[in-house]
Amino acid sequence: MGRPVRSPLPRIPMLNLTPDFLLIQLLNGLSSGVLLFLISAGLSIIFGMMDVINLAHGSFYMLGAYFGLTILRVTQSFWLALILAPLLVALLGLAGERFLLRPLKGRGHLDQVLLTFGVALVLADLVLAVPGWGGTVRALPAPPELAGSIPIGKGQYPVYRLFAIGVGLLLALILGLIITRTQIGAIVRAGVADAEMASGLGINISLVFSLVFAVGAALAAFGGVMTAPIVSLQPGMDADTLIRALIVVVVGGLGTLRGAFWGSLLIGEVDNFGRALLPDYALFSIYVIMAVVLLLRPAGLFGRKT
Amino acid sequence: MPRQTEILWAIAIAIVLALIALPFVESTYVVTTVTEILIFAIFAMSLDLLIGYTGLVSFGHAAFFGIGAYAAGYLAQMLSPNFLVYLPLALLITAACALVIGFFSIRVSGVYFLMLTLAFSQMVYAIAFNWTDVTGGSNGLSGIPRPQIELFSLQWSFEDEISRYFLVLAFFLLSYAALRAVVRSQFGHVLVGIRENETRLRAIGYDTARFKLAAFVIAGIFAGVAGVLYAGFNRFVSPGEVYWSASGQVLIMVIIGGAGTLVGPALGAALVLALQNVVSSSTERWSTIMGLIFILFVFAARFGIIGLIAQIMEGMAVRLRPALPKEINGHPPN
Repeated sequence: MGRPVRSPLPRIPMLNLTPDFLLIQLLNGLSSGVLLFLISAGLSIIFGMMDVINLAHGSFYMLGAYFGLTILRVTQSFWLALILAPLLVALLGLAGERFLLRPLKGRGHLDQVLLTFGVALVLADLVLAVPGWGGTVRALPAPPELAGSIPIGKGQYPVYRLFAIGVGLLLALILGLIITRTQIGAIVRAGVADAEMASGLGINISLVFSLVFAVGAALAAFGGVMTAPIVSLQPGMDADTLIRALIVVVVGGLGTLRGAFWGSLLIGEVDNFGRALLPDYALFSIYVIMAVVLLLRPAGLFGRKT
Repeated sequence: MPRQTEILWAIAIAIVLALIALPFVESTYVVTTVTEILIFAIFAMSLDLLIGYTGLVSFGHAAFFGIGAYAAGYLAQMLSPNFLVYLPLALLITAACALVIGFFSIRVSGVYFLMLTLAFSQMVYAIAFNWTDVTGGSNGLSGIPRPQIELFSLQWSFEDEISRYFLVLAFFLLSYAALRAVVRSQFGHVLVGIRENETRLRAIGYDTARFKLAAFVIAGIFAGVAGVLYAGFNRFVSPGEVYWSASGQVLIMVIIGGAGTLVGPALGAALVLALQNVVSSSTERWSTIMGLIFILFVFAARFGIIGLIAQIMEGMAVRLRPALPKEINGHPPN
């Protein structure tokens, strides 16, 4: 887990509220928001369906980024890293679900929280131990074809961030369509609503659990590789991201994809504008949002009242 | 007739005597380690008042340890190194923070409580990280003076390890006695009632929110006691003390030791810190070992060390039953 490191984003002086500045900050917030969605989507659906708060979800994100780093070093291809790293992490997630989580079924939240916290500790430490990974801040550069900037207003904006926004929105759309329009989505929704009932209707719910867990892990890892060119890889990135994703899930409502999406965008923008306008208080802004939402709407913005 | 009570008293007295004799037979290294263990034992016991007795799983308890430690460190430097001056002030600050955070947190329950306490503790972390004038920011607060006690013409400074050990031991015993009195009082029984069935307690007419808030503040104060002692013992406080992994670690101590008892968390603190000392002297992979132990305990020993001991004792046909919580982590039976 380690100590978190101050955000590598540059500090932007206040009182510079030109339209260009606002647009660029809006885009920055949007890009971190959609990337956050990739992590929080899995966390939220896994919680909604399996009743598991997976504190190792940030570790999937971190492992994705570091696997991506190694694949990039070996193959020199960002795109291979983007595809292979999530697959590897999905396999890990599958194994973790099968051999660690499933035996704890029906044990309640606390045991799962403890188990996944233990796993997160081990994974964070292992990353430190792997040569070429831990120990220092690592950079995973954007692919050369997306490395430049394009002019926006009077300034320049990195192409890669726009690409990230596009990919994130596209994936959100695809996930949304899968959940709302396909039979698999219907099964997942049935599992979120009442896993036992779904199982009673002849759905192989433990298979669905495994798949959802693996897909959630892969999405987090994909988010890890996608985010790596924007913020560098460093110890503590797992915890940092996990806590953000937890806040998104709580703000948006546990178990809803829509909540994870709008929650991510909200947290992404608030966090980004917080950092840009009030750098000294930026760490607060998202916690304040979370506390306020929990007090006004305990089930989250899109959560069902229980 | 009450043979088991007598046995337990004998064990308790033996442990206290052993703790008093320790500095005279063991090296400074051991004394320092045990001092740290006793500090974290207070911290873990305070958390167990919430988890084991009230059924509120807080993932942000390090906030109050940190607030106590930072307040003590700051006051000792700026106001007076007199322990009798800065201890009550630091505890007052901790209690005030616990009152505010508790007021908001207890309005939600279950997983939401866990996450809200986590969020509040991260806010405290953010303050520790950013309020450089008071906390030293990322560098932490260093150069905290050793505790001294000045009362009228009496002066006592805790410069050496052994006198500090006795100071901490005294506070450990006092805290244990106080928390024991709390959980055995009628108030404590109401807390257990909240853990078992809050709805029913409300129906009987208890204002459970008020009880939960009181438990939260008491737990916060004792975490603050541990933090104040830590500041004088370590002479350095960093934001890491408030970070969520610190809250996780004390949660581990409670669970590994056995929630729902006071001795359990103290044993958990001893096991975790003793292991940390042994393991980290031979390998850098302390976190891995810690995580693995943790996973092992979740699978193999649900009720922690106390649960294991109880099983063994029961096997020996001694009827010793610590108040094992039936289900402290599932959904409250509404």
